[in-house]
Amino acid sequence: MTSLQFSGVGVRYGQHDALSNFTDTVKPGEWLCLIGPNGAGKSSLLRSVAGLAKHSGEIRVDGSPLRMRSAKRRAQLVAYVPQSPVLPDDMTAREYVVLGRNPFVSHFGSETKHDWAIVADVLERLDLVDLAHRAVGTLSGGEKQRVVIARAIAQEAPILLLDEPTSALDIGHQQQALELVDQLRKEHGLTVVSAMHDLTLAGLYSDRLCLLHQGYRVVSGTAAEVLRQETLAEFYGVSARVHHAEDGTVVVIPYRQGSSGN
Amino acid sequence: MRRWWIPAAGALALASVLLGAMVGPAGPSWWRVPLALLDHLPLVSIDSGVTPREWTIIWDIRMPRVVLAALVGSMLSLSGASYQGVFRNPLVDPYLLGVAAGAGLGATLVFTLNRTGSSTWIIDPLPLSAFAGGLLAVLVTYVVGTAFGGQKSASTLVLAGVAVTALATAVQTFVLQRHTDVVRQVYSWILGRLSSATWGDVRLVLPYVVVSSVVLFLHRRLLDIMRVGDDEATALGASVNRVRIVVVIAATLGTSAVVAVSGLIGFVGIIVPHAVRLLAGASYRVIVPLSLLMGASFLIIADIPGRVLQNPSETPIGVVTAFLGAPFFLLLLRTRQGTR
Repeated sequence: MTSLQFSGVGVRYGQHDALSNFTDTVKPGEWLCLIGPNGAGKSSLLRSVAGLAKHSGEIRVDGSPLRMRSAKRRAQLVAYVPQSPVLPDDMTAREYVVLGRNPFVSHFGSETKHDWAIVADVLERLDLVDLAHRAVGTLSGGEKQRVVIARAIAQEAPILLLDEPTSALDIGHQQQALELVDQLRKEHGLTVVSAMHDLTLAGLYSDRLCLLHQGYRVVSGTAAEVLRQETLAEFYGVSARVHHAEDGTVVVIPYRQGSSGN
Repeated sequence: MRRWWIPAAGALALASVLLGAMVGPAGPSWWRVPLALLDHLPLVSIDSGVTPREWTIIWDIRMPRVVLAALVGSMLSLSGASYQGVFRNPLVDPYLLGVAAGAGLGATLVFTLNRTGSSTWIIDPLPLSAFAGGLLAVLVTYVVGTAFGGQKSASTLVLAGVAVTALATAVQTFVLQRHTDVVRQVYSWILGRLSSATWGDVRLVLPYVVVSSVVLFLHRRLLDIMRVGDDEATALGASVNRVRIVVVIAATLGTSAVVAVSGLIGFVGIIVPHAVRLLAGASYRVIVPLSLLMGASFLIIADIPGRVLQNPSETPIGVVTAFLGAPFFLLLLRTRQGTR
């Protein structure tokens, strides 16, 4: 299992600081969930790990700096699922999943039997065998998300980054996708960093939440520690009640001003 | 099933070459031609009944034309498929990106600046000048197209290509107006000029086509990765910019060389790759080799009507491909808009 360490990480687009001085350590096998309003810097943080955003400070994987790595080596360590993945309509699910093997194939080479065996295995485990030869453009939203996760798993990277993995899904498929990630995390010992908008789901699935606001890290801890009514009011500007269920689940319920103000 | 397509396309290409060698207004009976060709293979001896004069018609008049058509067709199709891949845009081809017009301008400049003097050069300046023009045109198209439309806009890139084509054509017309002595020569070349093909033309383009095809062939797997967009391809460990630059240079080099020899033959780069996609799927691992083979067949066959119906004057090949290609392009535009 692999740790991910941030020290003073900043991301700047032109004159605008999207992320400032972020320091945190994600323990091996931990699921860290980044929360915060739009523009808080969650995506910038994930993009800096994936090598898509230039950053200051240092990001270390198991203690060694990520910036020293080639794009290929980095892709062997970090798999990235973007918020809205590009799914070429006429590519088959199998062709799409095998793209995840790119970090292990030489520049002008082609996939080996071993690569195709891994793809077959991933398709099998994610229940995608029947869809393997379907064009991804014809799949449903939930199936598409499974295919994207399958590509990331085929990458066999110990760190998995998920940017809003459930934003396009209905409540049933949200749960399915997150259960799948959690199951894969346990099977493979993955370290997961995700950005999520649904605070209840974020608290339910992750080990730890980290609240970002305007590029700064505000607070980090368990769902019960982070998801507090005053915190949400201050940083999201939202009127919400926080309900602690008996099983420890923290539920965030928005309410309308004036309709039931207690 | 996919393995089956490539031998089939190879057989079709071979059959097209034979067909191309068999038809023509003068020469031996058609069925004697394959026998004569076999007879000239090493270690084979067949009595084909073809006279030496007829053999000259087959080997020095028909074959260079067929082989040149095959090279031009392969190169234009392969470049079209590659441009579509790296620009992630199904509507682009060497013509719509302005590459052909830029290469045409480069070639026209060589024609006007005393073509006869160039025979003493070690390397023929025609393909090189065409390459410079083509590369400049595709760079301007890409910079303008992405600056105003962003990576996602398919139509902006095409519009930028149209503008670059118009500009290059205007400059070309201006240059021709000032050098009226070469107007006739240049216009017969612009309309597509397979009719006067010689083995010298084949030798001139062959190195460029081979180099370009090998480079593009090596990139077929990377073209599949480019399909998920720059961000995701980078996150998958691909060096996106390097792949794009190398593929564009290779495709432009090949396109410019064939344009320099055969003139402007439009729409091949869009018809063939899309026909391949419809038949055999959208993976570049299949599109690249199939475009190469099918492009050769397509242009050899498209050239046959022009060779047979020679009265009163021959129909230029560029006219034939435009007749087929323009409706096809409109159909493609319509279906793409339906799916978006």
